[in-house]
Amino acid sequence: MSERILDIQNLSVTFGGLHALKDLNFHVDEGEIVGVIGPNGAGKTTFFNMISGMVTPTSGDILFEGQSLIGLDPNEVTRRGIARTFQNVRLFANMTIAENVMVSQHCRSKAGIWSTLFNTAAFRKEEREIREHAEKVLGFFGTRLIGYRLEQPASVLSYANRRRLEIARAMATKPRLLLLDEPVAGMNPMESAELTDLIGKLRSEWGFTIVMIEHDMNVVRDVSDRVVCLDHGETLAQGSFEEVSSNPEVIEAYLGRPLEKKA
Amino acid sequence: MTTAVRTRGSQRTGIDWFLTFIRVVLLSVVVFGLFAFVWQQFDNQNPLASRINPDATGLTADQFKGLLVTGLSQGAMYGLIALGYSMVYGVLGFINFAHGEVFMLGAFSGFITSTQLDAAGWWEDYFLASVFFSVVVAILVSTTAAVVMEKVAYRPLRGSPRLIPLITSIGVSFFIQNAVIVLFGPGAKSYPRLPEWLTDRYSILTFEIEGTKILVLVAAAVSMGSLWFFVERTKTGKAMRAVAEDREIAALMGIDVNKTIVTTFAVGGAMAGVAGILWGLLFKSVIATTGFLPGIKAFTAAVVGGVGNLGGAMAGGVSLGSAEALAPLVLLEPLGVNGVSQLRDAVAFTLLVLVLLIKPTGLFGEKLSGDDRA
Amino acid sequence: MSDITTQVDDTIDTIEELTRGAFDLNWNRVLRFGNLLGLALVFIALSGMPVGLDEREIVDGVISLGYLALLTFPPILGWTVGKEIVLEGMSATKRGARDVVAGAFVGALGGLWMSILVLLVDNFNLRDPLVNWSPALLTLMTFSRSTGFGLVSWIILPGVLGAAGASLHLLTPRLRRAVMAMVLTVISVSIFQSLIDDLVGGIGESIADPGRLSEFFGEGDTPRPRVDSVFDGLIDFIYAQRGGLTVAGAIALALVAGALSLAGRGRIAKAKASYNAKTGPERTRQTAIMIAVSTVLLIVLPFFTGRITQDLLANVGIFLLLALGLNIVVGLAGILDLGYVAFFAVGSYSIAILTVTDPPKSWPDWLPTLDGQFGWLLALLITVVIAGVVGLFIGAPVIRMRGDYLAIVTLGFGEIIRILLLSDWLGGYFNAAQGITNIPGADFGPLGEAKGINPRSIFYLVLVFAAISIYVSWRLEHSRLGRAWMAVREDESVAEAMGINTVNVKLMAFVVGAVLASFAGAVVSAKVGSVFPTSFLILVSIIILVVVIVGGMGNILGVLAGSFVLIGVLGGPRQPGLLAEFSEYKLLIYGALLVWMMLQRPEGLIPNVRRSRELHQDEFLQDAWLKGEVDPDDDHEGPATEVAPA
Repeated sequence: MSERILDIQNLSVTFGGLHALKDLNFHVDEGEIVGVIGPNGAGKTTFFNMISGMVTPTSGDILFEGQSLIGLDPNEVTRRGIARTFQNVRLFANMTIAENVMVSQHCRSKAGIWSTLFNTAAFRKEEREIREHAEKVLGFFGTRLIGYRLEQPASVLSYANRRRLEIARAMATKPRLLLLDEPVAGMNPMESAELTDLIGKLRSEWGFTIVMIEHDMNVVRDVSDRVVCLDHGETLAQGSFEEVSSNPEVIEAYLGRPLEKKA
Repeated sequence: MTTAVRTRGSQRTGIDWFLTFIRVVLLSVVVFGLFAFVWQQFDNQNPLASRINPDATGLTADQFKGLLVTGLSQGAMYGLIALGYSMVYGVLGFINFAHGEVFMLGAFSGFITSTQLDAAGWWEDYFLASVFFSVVVAILVSTTAAVVMEKVAYRPLRGSPRLIPLITSIGVSFFIQNAVIVLFGPGAKSYPRLPEWLTDRYSILTFEIEGTKILVLVAAAVSMGSLWFFVERTKTGKAMRAVAEDREIAALMGIDVNKTIVTTFAVGGAMAGVAGILWGLLFKSVIATTGFLPGIKAFTAAVVGGVGNLGGAMAGGVSLGSAEALAPLVLLEPLGVNGVSQLRDAVAFTLLVLVLLIKPTGLFGEKLSGDDRA
Repeated sequence: MSDITTQVDDTIDTIEELTRGAFDLNWNRVLRFGNLLGLALVFIALSGMPVGLDEREIVDGVISLGYLALLTFPPILGWTVGKEIVLEGMSATKRGARDVVAGAFVGALGGLWMSILVLLVDNFNLRDPLVNWSPALLTLMTFSRSTGFGLVSWIILPGVLGAAGASLHLLTPRLRRAVMAMVLTVISVSIFQSLIDDLVGGIGESIADPGRLSEFFGEGDTPRPRVDSVFDGLIDFIYAQRGGLTVAGAIALALVAGALSLAGRGRIAKAKASYNAKTGPERTRQTAIMIAVSTVLLIVLPFFTGRITQDLLANVGIFLLLALGLNIVVGLAGILDLGYVAFFAVGSYSIAILTVTDPPKSWPDWLPTLDGQFGWLLALLITVVIAGVVGLFIGAPVIRMRGDYLAIVTLGFGEIIRILLLSDWLGGYFNAAQGITNIPGADFGPLGEAKGINPRSIFYLVLVFAAISIYVSWRLEHSRLGRAWMAVREDESVAEAMGINTVNVKLMAFVVGAVLASFAGAVVSAKVGSVFPTSFLILVSIIILVVVIVGGMGNILGVLAGSFVLIGVLGGPRQPGLLAEFSEYKLLIYGALLVWMMLQRPEGLIPNVRRSRELHQDEFLQDAWLKGEVDPDDDHEGPATEVAPA
């Protein structure tokens, strides 16, 4: 169980003299669900951007399954097996729901121009597999995203369904590590409870290791094995939810509001 | 925004190698051309020159100065036009492709006023007053054109995907160009004769300069100065800078964003109007397509100087103008390229590619609002 | 008895209803539209269009194309002034006399501008800057009568037309469609005169003398002798001697069109809906049938048409090839390439040099000598490779730039290529301004040769390439690569994060676009037999862009429609269309169309469903919400007001 899938060493990044992240050390074990919390502007999203290759760190190293990710383009990081969602849902709004999930299997398929033009058997087989995998992934969220929905553009979806579709899109890249950026933001309590369940299943049924940024402490408590609190680009505390949430520094970082109340 | 901070690490793809190759080739053409030029200046029978360019004679100092002055005065006009591109890009984040046409309209209205004044006999008798009047008309026409353009074509598209207003502005440019052709005829229109004291050459600091070029340089400097004063020292100017920085926040601070955007277009139009009339006085003729190449080059100048950066736009214009005038004879001729004067426009576009490949934010840095730094 | 009274009462009520508040107008709007109309009319009058196009009759003795250019605007603006956007679920304002009055006012106000222009032209001479300020204009504007007559009629006529346009609001949709069908049929039958004449005449001749068809496979350079067509009577009834419809023909056509429209009763719409509703094999079968039928029609078409039609269709086809290529680059991958003409030039020049028998004068010694030793097909293959490589070379430096910079830089590249072709430096290899002439046709060995003097062969050549390009576009659009292109268009950095190598994918779009453009280049070289640098102005890129946008970005059918409508009717940059008289004004119209399309209908004539949703997202979301399309299972959430980043 304790194989290290992601190991981050002394990671720093500065934007024009401002430390977005400072000497961050962080690791994720295979099969873990880690919650990342911290007040706004703590550098959580920068942290995700860095793992997924959208931002290159100033110093430090990111090891994924023992290999460094530094300098890889985001598409190469995804190919290695890390997929992410975005805080401000960014779907391909004018592509259909099926296409949204099919397109993210790009790096797991290889049909070239020739096989496409000649409609070869290999092309048809691959296309069928892509479609089937897409439907399977979408089926994970019940009936909401399949059936007649498949051919509708993503822009007609409700906010909660957009979030779900975004997770499905990330799942379809066949990752080993899933980075969820505020997966339940904007959802009502019922929906977020349901999604919390599903996040658990993402590990048990799909075998993903998950790092999740989340503000909703209910979700963090229910699903995380371990919680890391970031503030001003530094690790403030890490450990079990109870340990972190009772840490005085963490409470202070959240302006002294007791976390239990918030939850 | 994320792509801007992404810097490439050790990973290099085929494209990166290819881009590096292009950079190296372009830079070595510049370096080698300069080297060949200098050697040729000292000794036009040197082994290199006699091998690749046996007929080379080099440039005399006067020729060089002449080219430089031509380049500078043309560049000053590019700079004036570039200001409009730069300001609009800074505020709205899109390329107003039709800005070249605003410039052309300035030049065209200058032609109409000056010929009408000439027909009435005033152009010769009261030359300065007539020129002043023509400038005022040109500024009015260009400003109006820019403002109408904004209101009719661009305002409804605010907030749509970035390429939509660009495509629209291409249509606007196409329309204006052809509207001028059908209304005023496709032929070249000549400005009336200028008085002799303006076409004579004057000697300033060993430079022999034609009066019109002095006029262009002085007028450009004055316009640039007043623009600088307007943007930096007036309340409206401050509003413009605020809107360029962040439109939403500016609106929250009680700035009328619409009015400010209109002002931006108007000011850019006025600068283009001045440039238009200067163009007419310098080249003495104007046609409907006059706006196209100077427009693109002025955009190049804006990029070279750093989009959104007003000083940069002017500096970019002047550098582009001189590069365009000098590079064919200084860089290419010593390299044995024949018919170099035909390659002026190609030089300008190559410079654009070179700058975007080596320093995409321009020589003096971009000043753009948050969303546009993608 | 009481029946009649109620009826009368009802009628009075209806009349009252209709006329209530007839003058209770939105005056601001009326003034705005009226002045807009006036501006448009004065501009068109001064552009010389009416005088220049007066020669061409639409309906003989009734209206010429010149008057049509002016008089289409009052009814359109009269209609538009009463138009309102009605969201589903909201009640529309009651239509009534108010609309007609508004239309009349708009028309009359616009006409007033023309009246003032009549006065001005009559009394002043501004011919110096305004080249069309001429007595001919005055004659036209006064309908060849007195100035006073012109003044008055320019207020009354547009007023009436404006009211007529506005009164369409009062008709039921069905009647409105019928009226539109009548007007459009009359105008288009008149515009398509040469095409219809040619085609109907050809069919008629073939029926009268079936033997002609067997001569078909001979050399097409000698026009076949004319025989009496069985349709001569019909043609003579519809078309007048000096062009345009006869009055009787126009009335007959209008009646037929109106009757058909009423009888059709939206059957086309129904058929379309049922086709759209079908899925799976049945739909595939229907599509296959449609494609087969249109292919057969296109293949037999040249049997019946003369060279005018074939030439016209060949031009349409060439621009179709270009537009399909640009559609992949702009419509699918979202890369605005303004230097697209460069690839067209590369294609034309490559095939020209590879097939020409006497090479350019200063062809360098160190390059293999060219004496046309390549067959056309081999030359085509090499051309395609060259175009692909040039696509890579132009694409690579620009591919990482942001979209708008890329547009300008590619425009620069387009110019650089043309400048180099013209220059003394490299132009020597390509004969500079003299261009390359005497290019042989496309030689297909036993199948024959396609060359310019035989328009029928060129027609088939174009047809083959168009079929290939449509097939390529269609296959790629619905493939892994096509999806990746769309993802890049939608949001490049997310596409990258979802594992798409955006740089490679975009380069691929450039290369495919370049290859399709090189097809067009090859066909043009074979058709025209010569290439010159001046055929590759930026203008060409922009016209192709207009074709793609007007038709509908990212949509093969749209591109087809765009090419037929624009290139077929207005003509290409140099190629005449059906309205050859328009050649002076077509660029103006292209510009206006581009702006108008972007503002009013950015999705194009034939919208790609997805694309149009992107462009009208706000409206669409409102509509979807009102229709309850937005997530019935999440109804506790309220409307999806958040618009995803486009």
